[in-house]
Amino acid sequence: MGLTQESSGLSLIKYEYPFEEHEDKTVIALAGNPNTGKSTLFNYMTGLKQHTGNWPGKTVLNAYGSYRHEGKEYMIVDLPGTYSILANSEEEEIARNFVCFGNPEVTIVVVDSTCLERNLNLVLQIMEITDNVIVSLNLMDEAKRKGIKIDVKKLEVLLGIPVIPTIARDGVGITEIMKTITNLQSIVNPNKVKYSEKVESLISKIESILLEYLDKNTNTRWISLRLIDGDIEIKNQLEKLLLRNGVGRKPLEEIEEILSENENIGDEIVTEIYYYAEEIAKVVTEVDNSKKINWDKKIDDILTSKITGYPIMILLLGVIFWLTIVGANYPSELLAKGLFALEKNLNILFTHLNAPDWLYGILVLGVYRTLAWVISVMLPPMAIFFPLFTLLEDLGYLPRVAFNLDNSFRKAGTNGKQSLTMCMGFGCNAAGIIACRIIDSPREKLIAMITNNFVPCNGRFPIIIAISTIFVGGLVNSQYNSIIAAISVVVVVLIGILTTLLVSKFLSVTFLKGMPSSFTLELPPYRKPQLGKILIRSILDRTLFVLSRAIIVAIPAGAITWVFANININGVSLLQTCASFLNPFAKLLGLDGLILMAFLLGLPANEIVLPILIMGYMSQNTMIELESIDALKTLLLNNGWTFVTGINFMLFSLLHFPCGTTILTMKNETKGLKWPIFTIVLTTIITILVTFIINIISKIFI
Amino acid sequence: MSCLNGNILLSKLPVGKSGIVIDLLNEGDKRRRFLDLGLTPNTLVKAERLSPSGNPIAFNIRGTVLALRKDEASKILIKVIDRR
Repeated sequence: MGLTQESSGLSLIKYEYPFEEHEDKTVIALAGNPNTGKSTLFNYMTGLKQHTGNWPGKTVLNAYGSYRHEGKEYMIVDLPGTYSILANSEEEEIARNFVCFGNPEVTIVVVDSTCLERNLNLVLQIMEITDNVIVSLNLMDEAKRKGIKIDVKKLEVLLGIPVIPTIARDGVGITEIMKTITNLQSIVNPNKVKYSEKVESLISKIESILLEYLDKNTNTRWISLRLIDGDIEIKNQLEKLLLRNGVGRKPLEEIEEILSENENIGDEIVTEIYYYAEEIAKVVTEVDNSKKINWDKKIDDILTSKITGYPIMILLLGVIFWLTIVGANYPSELLAKGLFALEKNLNILFTHLNAPDWLYGILVLGVYRTLAWVISVMLPPMAIFFPLFTLLEDLGYLPRVAFNLDNSFRKAGTNGKQSLTMCMGFGCNAAGIIACRIIDSPREKLIAMITNNFVPCNGRFPIIIAISTIFVGGLVNSQYNSIIAAISVVVVVLIGILTTLLVSKFLSVTFLKGMPSSFTLELPPYRKPQLGKILIRSILDRTLFVLSRAIIVAIPAGAITWVFANININGVSLLQTCASFLNPFAKLLGLDGLILMAFLLGLPANEIVLPILIMGYMSQNTMIELESIDALKTLLLNNGWTFVTGINFMLFSLLHFPCGTTILTMKNETKGLKWPIFTIVLTTIITILVTFIINIISKIFI
Repeated sequence: MSCLNGNILLSKLPVGKSGIVIDLLNEGDKRRRFLDLGLTPNTLVKAERLSPSGNPIAFNIRGTVLALRKDEASKILIKVIDRR
């Protein structure tokens, strides 16, 4: 997307928005500052469960959904949250382009009523582009708690557009919005910003030139304003249009001459919109200061304090992992028992049907066992980890993490927002790569993408948790082993974060040289999480989504691995042949050939690495029933695993090349194969070096 | 310390104190970004808190808490004001 696309002219520009086939639907744009509850309103109106988080920059793609009201079909597009639509970040461009060129019939601007002045700035900017604007005066409950009173009627009169008080999370005011949209013929008379005489006279001079050449439906006032403001894209578009219409460059030259006498006038435009917003906010808002107990401040005092800031961060991470390990233990075992009991029934069934051995092998020993493993090992930890993590996200803790860590990222030559993209990476690295769009600087964005893989995604967590439990937790008395295992997982994650910082620094001084760019991060107010919604959303959206992806990959992978393990050439299986081939090299890294094979075969999704490995070992040591983590321990120990193998296996999993989905996502985001290949090479080198060094050290000392 | 006609740089504003924006000391895109964030002349800014390592600093700007790095905050000239 972008204004550079070939188009038929400013008034006719049609972008390829994904829903253009639904021409019978009324298109509504949803705009607003970050953290105003835009996505919550969107979800409420559409019923579509788009994921919302309490941190800025979540909606980087246009999400869209539809609803029906009084028999009519409406299509809503959720735009990225921005403070302004004048500047040049990718998000602002997306929002601006849609309001301008997506031809929405109505634009709803969601406004945070606790901070009206800032939010009105955006409302006024949008009112300059289009007349059909509706304000959703949201978070009215928060305003009430903070003792803020807003005179809605007066605001409506001052703006000249409908203003509807809402509490989106409780659905208050939504019906009114829908009604207003349905009944909206045309807005009576929006009160647009009136600029200083100097700016206004410039506008009319330029407008009079434009009116000679442009369609009279074109918003010449807005184009004039953009030209005065020095908007290069709009200027280029205008130039193209004029050239195409055979007018030539003359009008533009006239305009340029007018503008050349008025340098730096862009500042004035921005400033005046803010003043205008300030004036309106002052007139309609009443604040009762006695009600103000600033809880946010008190919480932030603890969460970002010099003394407690970092320890709390690590402790929270540790507690989440501990709860995950402890909580997942029993259900995992139960699931495994159940699924393997079912396998016995399958055995009977297959015997009864007189099925050939190879079919039984592929379907039961291959596909079913892999599936059983993926489900019993992955489902319980994810069903615990994701809701807990979503809880932190909903509360608004993640921006505080970025705030606390920014200095380290600054020193590494990158951006504190990278920590937000890393948080997404905990769920899925591909999602983490997409989240990198919130970083404006292309250099920092690339670094964030390349290093995202050093955050273990949930596909790799089960590996790290299982191995931590067996090889690290197993070192101590069983009473404490879950705590030790949790600490071990935290240490692995910290190693990942440290690696991220070191590699970022390395890239900043080598391949992606440059200084850190500007960094602005909003610390939004803490919000009471909606527990029910968190559970539903994190289980449905995240857990089941990720699990289903794992299952889809596990089915063919299970079959292929079984075939690999059972096709014999000269009495040795194919898997064994490959593993033996890799073995000498793997031994240098403190691993074995089969482990490397498992990582290679696990390229489509990391979730299946452990199942492949287990199947590989099982094909040599059949008849072990893997019903518990203890059985896994026995299996691994029987195959020559040591403490060092466990550690290097975890590190390999943490540092190695990204999975197929992540690589493809990266290819899409960077529009080429260069950076994905670079990432694969870089991560592979790092993995080999780290595991090799640890193996050598262990050989010397142990 | 940077003393410019009794004005100071925003990066030097002690936590808990407020000031009003006098001028922006940068040009081009960065200046524009500040303006878009609402850092227009005469805007009230309050230093809310330091990150654990002292950088960045969070400021309350027009009702929103925004964190800026020190080197960026040092591009904003302010006048400290008394405010209860």
